[in-house]
Amino acid sequence: MAVTREPGDRTDAAPDETVQLLMRIRRYNPELRADPWWDEFTVDVEPTDRILDALHEVKWHHDGTLALRRSCAHGICGSDAMLINGVNRLACKVLVKDVMPKVTVEPIRGLTPLKDLIVDMEPFFAGYRSVLPFLINDEGEPDRERKQSPEERERYDDTTKCILCAACTTSCPIFWGDEEYVGPAAIVNAHRFIFDSRDRADRERLKVLSEKTGVFRCRTTFNCTEACPRGIKVTRAIQDVKRAILFDRY
Amino acid sequence: MATRTDEPAGRPMEPGPGTGRGLGANRTGRDRPVGGFELWSWLFMRVSGLLLLFLAVGHVLIMHVIDEGVERVDFAFVQLRWGSPFWRTWDWLLLTFALIHGVNGLRVIVLDYVRRPGARFVLNWFFYLTGTVLFFLGTVIVFTFDPSAWPATS
Ligand code: FES
Repeated sequence: MAVTREPGDRTDAAPDETVQLLMRIRRYNPELRADPWWDEFTVDVEPTDRILDALHEVKWHHDGTLALRRSCAHGICGSDAMLINGVNRLACKVLVKDVMPKVTVEPIRGLTPLKDLIVDMEPFFAGYRSVLPFLINDEGEPDRERKQSPEERERYDDTTKCILCAACTTSCPIFWGDEEYVGPAAIVNAHRFIFDSRDRADRERLKVLSEKTGVFRCRTTFNCTEACPRGIKVTRAIQDVKRAILFDRY
Repeated sequence: MATRTDEPAGRPMEPGPGTGRGLGANRTGRDRPVGGFELWSWLFMRVSGLLLLFLAVGHVLIMHVIDEGVERVDFAFVQLRWGSPFWRTWDWLLLTFALIHGVNGLRVIVLDYVRRPGARFVLNWFFYLTGTVLFFLGTVIVFTFDPSAWPATS
């Protein structure tokens, strides 16, 4: 389908009018073709719709074979991270009016594509699991809640916001080169427990993170911080962990 | 993705040694179970990078910029400069830090981009050996250079 917009067309249309968005979508289906290809669709959407709505429009009215992941559609489940106009974003958080008149959508990088926008997330979750991302405390079951001061809670507040969408990890050039690198998201989730005063397994996590696949692979490119849809200061969290290992203080 | 991905999801956690401590206790433990080679390699890169900034920029200024720059560098210039232990030490430090910094940088790049273990091994050892030979040659000349052994040129 061709672009239907003319030069001079409005791109700042009022919310209730319909606009036409040209979508270039990177498709892949190993059962049909060995290589990925690009498909173009022109969809009728409203400027205040999200890219996710536009993708729904494609899937529901143009080509039902388009494969993508999404669940909550409100930026909290972390399913629909994808490369939107070349940067990692959640499709449910990018508005049509911010990309008009056209948008390219690709799967996130560094993980093996399975079909269209769906990639194999396993290496990502393997890195996540390797840092033991859960509370570990062997001091016995308490009979009431484990207390924590507001200051203690503040130390890891930023890293509790992660939704495991993989936008950070799949924007990291080190992860692109080497899937064995645990990646920013795993470090963020390790940070969340390492700096939690109730947790007792920080040494185990720091040991994992000081290996060849751990934090010292980070070259502080800040791609992760830029990519995070939750605004987590990912690079800062990674530096916190490096410092914790260096000074043995956390 | 071979090794880590084989681990079962949600592997039960056995608390290791050192985890059963009270709130805030042993927070700066004496036994250093964390850290290791990657930490020190990372730290070395930062420290040597800073030192190299001075050593290498100083070297470039002296050899190529100040006065007539490289035009004035001849045997007599080297003889004069290396008459002082200060400049020999400077050059030897530059040699040492630049080589270790460079070879370690190449090791990390190999780690990033070379997937096959065999190729990693071959490349790394090629760099290690080349680095060692260059270090040896440079060290020999810094410590044994004696202008009087070259009467024809001096
Ligand atoms: S669909 Fe849940 S985060 Fe976008």
